[in-house]
Formats: sequence, C-alpha cells, structure tokens
Amino acid sequence: MATEFHNLQDMQHTASLVTKVFIQRDYSEGTVCRFQTKFPAELDNRIERALLEQTVKTLNSYYVEAEKVGGQSYLEGCLACATAYIVFLCMETRYEKVLKKISGYIQEQNEKIYAPRGLLLTDPIERGMRVLEISVFEDRGSSGSSPSSSMSSCSTAR
Amino acid sequence: MHLGESMRECEYSQISTRSSTPMETPYKKRTPKRKKWETFPGRNKFYCDGRIMMAKQTGVFYLTLVLILVTCGLFFTFDCPFLAQQLTPIIPVLGGALFLFVLGTLLRTSFSDPGVLPRATPDEAADLERQIDYVANGTKGYRPPPRTKEVVINGQTVKLKYCFTCKIFRPPRASHCSLCDNCVERFDHHCPWVGNCVGRRNYRFFYMFILSLSFLTIFIFAFVITHIILSSYQKGFLTALKESPASVLEVVVCFFSVWSIVGLSGFHTYLISSNQTTNEDIKGSWSSKRGKDNYNPYSSGNIFTNCCVALCGPLPPSLIDRRGFIEADAPQMAPPTNGITMYGATQSQQSHMAATTPLLQQHSSEPVIITSSPENGTSLPARASLTLGGPCSSLPLGQPTPPTSTPSLSCHEATDMLPIHGHALNHTHPLQEQAALHHYLTPEEVPSPPGMLHCGSPLGHSHTVQTSFYNPASQDSLHEDSVRGLVKLSSV
Repeated sequence: MATEFHNLQDMQHTASLVTKVFIQRDYSEGTVCRFQTKFPAELDNRIERALLEQTVKTLNSYYVEAEKVGGQSYLEGCLACATAYIVFLCMETRYEKVLKKISGYIQEQNEKIYAPRGLLLTDPIERGMRVLEISVFEDRGSSGSSPSSSMSSCSTAR
Repeated sequence: MHLGESMRECEYSQISTRSSTPMETPYKKRTPKRKKWETFPGRNKFYCDGRIMMAKQTGVFYLTLVLILVTCGLFFTFDCPFLAQQLTPIIPVLGGALFLFVLGTLLRTSFSDPGVLPRATPDEAADLERQIDYVANGTKGYRPPPRTKEVVINGQTVKLKYCFTCKIFRPPRASHCSLCDNCVERFDHHCPWVGNCVGRRNYRFFYMFILSLSFLTIFIFAFVITHIILSSYQKGFLTALKESPASVLEVVVCFFSVWSIVGLSGFHTYLISSNQTTNEDIKGSWSSKRGKDNYNPYSSGNIFTNCCVALCGPLPPSLIDRRGFIEADAPQMAPPTNGITMYGATQSQQSHMAATTPLLQQHSSEPVIITSSPENGTSLPARASLTLGGPCSSLPLGQPTPPTSTPSLSCHEATDMLPIHGHALNHTHPLQEQAALHHYLTPEEVPSPPGMLHCGSPLGHSHTVQTSFYNPASQDSLHEDSVRGLVKLSSV
C-alpha cells in the first residue's frame, strides 16, 4: 500500500492521521539530549530502517554539538557572566543557533524522505525535547471509501 | 468556500511541520489568538506578556529585594561620602558595581524559566500508558504500583520515575516541584528568596547571585565598620554612632546575613565542584555510604571541569514556548480504549475546568515553605484534575497539603546535615531542603490514586476522594502551617 504524497500540504489536506509513533529519549549517556536509535515496529512497512536511523543519528549529532562544553561555550559563558548576563538579551546563544539548524534539517528531511511516505517528523523542541514524534498519515481515499471520493482525493493530490 | 479557506490556510502556514486541522481554522480565525503562557498548566505567574516567569508565592522575593535595596541605599547615602573622602573613591565605585551585579543576577534567577519540562501531549501520554500497560501485562489493579524505568548511566543504575502530573518519565536529575507544579530539569531546589525554582537554566545565575551577594555583604560590613572606627577616632564612638544611625542598621543586617549567605555560597561551591544538586546531596544519592560502588555518574571527576560545565556550559533555551500563540488542536488519534477521551478540544477542557473550579476554590492557597506532604496520595488527585484545565493561572490553585508532623523532623534533619549553625536566617536551608525532600518523597512512596488512568469519570471520582480528605480541620491546620511558616520567616 504505497501512499504517494507530493508535498506536506497535499498530505495534510488529503490524508488522515492514523497514529503517532514516539521515539523516546535515550538517557544511557546521561542528561545529554539523545534519541533512541531503535527502530519502532509500527514503521516497519512505511520506511526503510537505514533512513530513519540516519535521521536520528544526525539529530543526535546536532544535539551533541549544541551541548558541547568547549572553547566557544566557555567564551560565551564568561562574556555573559562579565556582563551580568545582559548580553543574552541581544545575542543568540550557540544552542539556539544549532536548534535553528535542526529545524531546517527536519523540514528538509520531511520534504525529501518522510512526506513521500506519508510520514511527518515533528521537531523535538516542540515536544519539550521529550520525544521525536512521527505522525503516520494515510490517504483518506484509500481507506475503503467510495470510488468517486477516492478519485477526487487523487485529483487534489495531483 | 471551504476549499477556498483551506487554500488560504495552505498559503498561510506554508510547509509547516506542525499539524493543524484546516477545518477548525475558520472558527479560530475569529477568536483572538492567545499566548501559551495564558494557559500554562503549572502554578506560575507570568508578567510582561510571558517574558517574566515566577513562582506563585513571591512575597519573600520582595523581601529579599527590599533588604538588598535598603541596605545598599543606606550604604551609598551615609557611608560612602565619608569613605570616598577619607579613603578612596574606588570604594563606592566597587560597591556600585557589586550592587548592580547582585541585582542583575537576582532578577535573572527570579525571572527566568528554571528549565520547566512541558507536560506530555495527550497522544504521548496515551502512548506511554499503552507501553506501561503492555509491560505490566494488563494488570490494572485498583492502585497500580508506582512506575519507574531503570537506565544505566556511566555504569551506575539510575531510576527514572514517572510523573503522574506531567505524564512523563522524568529525565535523570529532574524533579517535580510541588510548589510550582512543574517538572524541572536538573532540579536543585525551590528558593522562596528568589521566588522561583532553581534548575538547569538558572542555576548559574543563582550561584552568581549568592556569591556576589556574599562579597557585597562582606564589603558593606567591612566598610561600615571602617567608617564607624574612623569616625570614632575623630569624634568618639557614641557620637559617631549617633551621627550615622543607618550604619548600625547596616551592620546588624550584614552581620546576620553574612553567616547564612557565605555558608550557602560555600555549600553550593561544593555542590558545583562535585556536580551534584541540592536534592541529590540531601538524599545522599551518590554517597559512598549507600554502597561501595556508588558514585556520581554525572561528575567528570575533575573539580575544574565540573565548575566549568556548571557555570560556563551552554545555556539551553526554554522548552516551554511562553510567548507563542496557541494553535488549533492537533488532529487527535482515535481515542484509545483506556478512555483518555477527556483530552479533547480546548473547549471541552475549559468546560471541565469550569466544573472543577468550585471545588478547587474552597482550598486555600498553599503556604510557601514548610509543609511537606509525604501523604501525597491525597494531593495527587488535585494534580490530576488540575491538568485537565487550560487557564489555571486565575484560580487559587492551592495544592492542599494535609499537615503532618514530619515537617519539623525533616527540618531538623536538614539542619543537622548542614555545616551552618546558629542563626534563624539559616532556615533558608531547611526550607529549601524541605521542598527538595518533598519532591523525592512524592511519586516513589505513594501509589497513584484511583481513577488516574481509567478516566471514565475522573473528575467526579477524584474530587470525591479529594473532598473527603480535605475537611475543615485540615484547612485550619493549613492556615496554621502557613502562619508557622511566616513566623519562622519573621524571626529572620
């Protein structure tokens, strides 16, 4: 059952939400933000394992970069302390910059990989960094309704 | 027209990763958009359109502010002119810089989000419930056992507890603050003096505040004494005192503050260098007394590295989007059989809220500090019903905590554990630790109340449970507790 969507807008209009799959946080390395790379069983026939794993691994590496305690974060911290933390009012922290990159990455992944398979990734920041939410959509037309309605939904998808 | 509207909706939202139901937007467009802080489920107060976030009880914070402002004001007005003249003008300049730093860090600590974890969305909660039920093999007893998940971090087994209010498994080092009714990341303690929780996002500001305040207190104390001594060489001791009575007041305030604040700074310096939170230290989570192999898995082993991580590590952004607009409800999945249907649209939530309001309002607002309630079985229903509501900030959401005799016990315990002795101001410690202790007591020891999961009529049920516990007698003792708390404060 191949549900073809050409972009996210098509999906949201013609598809109905079937279920949401949640990839939980992996705390085995402490409090660093990391998501489990275990493949959820519900997505077995929707997407290839390697693709999802790659996405999660890339996200994890972005989070590691954001939370890295290194030269730049020390500089930022010391500068902020010296200015009684007022500098944070005008400057964007490194973490925020990386979060923006992550947003862009997720959007790109959604457009290229997930939407064509009827899936949608939600940025973890919108879920309080608790889970990576994957919404599973299904074409309304293919859920056993009358042929005429499925025809019309197919035409709107085009 | 419907298609046209959805086309417009399509252009407006572009390719958004947030799911939204186009069908609900015609209604949403007519009502003014509200910001998320207005419907924040925790017990926090928001100011400046969601930019400032504080705990519900802020009286003590204003006291802190007044003490600092008045003492420094007196110092600059009465002592600095003399000192600048007799010694050097650098003194008021240095004092001024310290004062500004103290104020800046205090406000930063008090006004920022400590690292609140937003509550789980209904879908997430349902998913977790399903997983837990699957693991428990469907044994749905009247009182399901407390849920924990074990994870191995750096070779040490850590238990992750399930928070019944927020419906999440708390990340390691997170804890639920009962005063603010939020789960906070890397929870240190709830500090009434700053009127906020101290957690991951504002711990460094808090530490800088108490450190700079220690310096400021010692600075003022030293120079006021110097002023009096120099003055008394010229005019005599009593004349000097009579000429600047403000100095006497300053000496008194500083003398009493120094012990507690310097002690607190020392304590937190120790915590930072060993990468522990106040919570963990009090519980002795990583103490070698618990076991030979017990060690802190978060510590890097090096004092310098630990300090750098705590103070100069990256500052994560707030996870609760306070100033974002509330969007149309996400498309809900088919309601699962365990009946979480009550998590419907905001309208139904609000109607639930309206139903619960009369019952909630009869409980007085929670006393700030001392009460800790080990019997949280009774308080949990309050949380359960509260999570249903949207606009909670306007209600007097006291979390009714039945009084117990244990607060005084744990108060002593905490004082014994601390290296600070003597003054009444030291109650900052037991007060803070009390709250910290309280969270640790919460979900582990107490099983979830009936009707938490199988939510057929949770409201009615939990409310009857609730009201049967909270009789007028307990209300009086609530008042008694709050009075007790205030009395302890006033002994400062």
